[in-house]
Amino acid sequence: MLKRWAKFMFNLFEKIGDHALYYLEQAGRMGLFLLACVWRMVTPPYKLFPAVRQIHFIGARSIFVILFTGGFTGMVLALQGYYTLRKFGSEGLLGAAVALSLIRELGPVLAALMVVGRAGSAITAEIGIMRNSEQIDALECMAIDPCRYLMVPKFIAGIVSLPLLTAVFDMVGILGGYLVGVMMLGVNGGTYFQGMYSSVDWNDIEMGLVKSLVFGLLIVWIATAKGYFLHWERTGGFGAEGVSRTTTSAVVLASVTVLVWDYLLSAIML
Amino acid sequence: MAAKQEKTFSPARIAIELIDVKKSFGNQQVLSGVNLQVEEGTTTVIVGASGQGKSVILKHMLGLMRPDSGQIKVFDQDIASASRRQLKEIRKDFGVLFQNVALFDSMTIYDNVALPLRERTEASEEEIRANVEEKLEMMDLHGVHEKFPAQISGGMQKRVGLARALVLDPKIVFFDEPTTGLDVLKSNEIYRLFHDTQARLRYTAVIVSHDVPKIFKLSDRVALLAEGVIQSSISPEEFQRSDNPLIRHFVETTMGPIYSSEKEETAPL
Repeated sequence: MLKRWAKFMFNLFEKIGDHALYYLEQAGRMGLFLLACVWRMVTPPYKLFPAVRQIHFIGARSIFVILFTGGFTGMVLALQGYYTLRKFGSEGLLGAAVALSLIRELGPVLAALMVVGRAGSAITAEIGIMRNSEQIDALECMAIDPCRYLMVPKFIAGIVSLPLLTAVFDMVGILGGYLVGVMMLGVNGGTYFQGMYSSVDWNDIEMGLVKSLVFGLLIVWIATAKGYFLHWERTGGFGAEGVSRTTTSAVVLASVTVLVWDYLLSAIML
Repeated sequence: MAAKQEKTFSPARIAIELIDVKKSFGNQQVLSGVNLQVEEGTTTVIVGASGQGKSVILKHMLGLMRPDSGQIKVFDQDIASASRRQLKEIRKDFGVLFQNVALFDSMTIYDNVALPLRERTEASEEEIRANVEEKLEMMDLHGVHEKFPAQISGGMQKRVGLARALVLDPKIVFFDEPTTGLDVLKSNEIYRLFHDTQARLRYTAVIVSHDVPKIFKLSDRVALLAEGVIQSSISPEEFQRSDNPLIRHFVETTMGPIYSSEKEETAPL
């Protein structure tokens, strides 16, 4: 009995250690990958066209989903905010409430989550398929650096696009809030914008900007690294199923990371 | 298929040298002390049964895998211990035709062949166009420039892969099973193109193949990988007459009784 128990415990510790080592190794690999990509991003040669193409893919082509989600987020904020503020007779603060929630919190986070779903998954799948079909090996054998050629344009695009998409999200959200708060629920239009004008200052904008920059980097990092290291995946990164599994795990990891970093950045910057 | 012609230059310099290369995956030792020399300007074919580690040797030569121990010298530079930057420099002499071709599937044929020129040289678009056109012409590829890899046949993909491998006039070209999945006609076409381009560009070729005995006609040296080591690196004629039991077994199982009887008929001794 004691022997069996000892064996069970031994196996348990072995498994825990094995998992810990694996995740530590993965984290180390991804960390070095991030350093390599950032280093290549800031050192020449700089190539404009591939970065513009990626900005078009990650940024411009996400605009519709951002307009849509931004608009409805602002509308629901105004709706909920109006009924809550009315209890305290403070409907005049609706503009400030909508704008501050969007600029400090919801704009960067929701825009980032939309980009994770739309572009992050596509990046992991693209790089993963390239890894599986030896296209990345082919690049290396041609003495073309995959980090510089494939990843750097995506990193630049993430860092450039996310703040811009967040700004669009905020703006559309504020207009959505105006639509519901002012045009449907009857809050005074001047009060709506005056409250916003007097309560939003540069620190709020800065917080949103820093968050969106960090999220842009994090999303592209996780999406590219997951695809690039597909062959190291413990669950088996082979074939179409491997790509689909890795894409799913990249989306989950990127979403969770965005929310964790949102808290961390808020805690640091408040 | 054109027969191998006598080379007009005398090979002397060693292009690639593997010294006691060992590699294990878990408990399985795949390479247990591989030694091989490839002379500059020659064609070496690595043969062996499936699963013996032929592709593993090739990946070591390309620097895609690092050995557990041993040295892999390319023009006297050890790639087993080279840094990423050194490896990149060494690879500038390489051209590779992968088994599954590994064309960039979201790029057109033209862009695939032009990519090494765009990324590795400062050539203008006109120079790139001229070079790409020349290489595609050399491969008898016409009217496919704007097509994507999935829109052309397997044989054409191999030819595009060869054009891409040769576009920067490499010193060493590696072929991983260059005729896998192709019918006899298309295989012969690939061999003819290989023969013509090598005669023209004078590159060193390392071919991993199981297309025995056809591949012998193109090779200067045949190396058999069996039991984790290179059993020999000798001329095709010597290979077919070798007394090494592993080579004999390979020759008999791959070429069948036809070759055995031929050997008996033609053997002078």
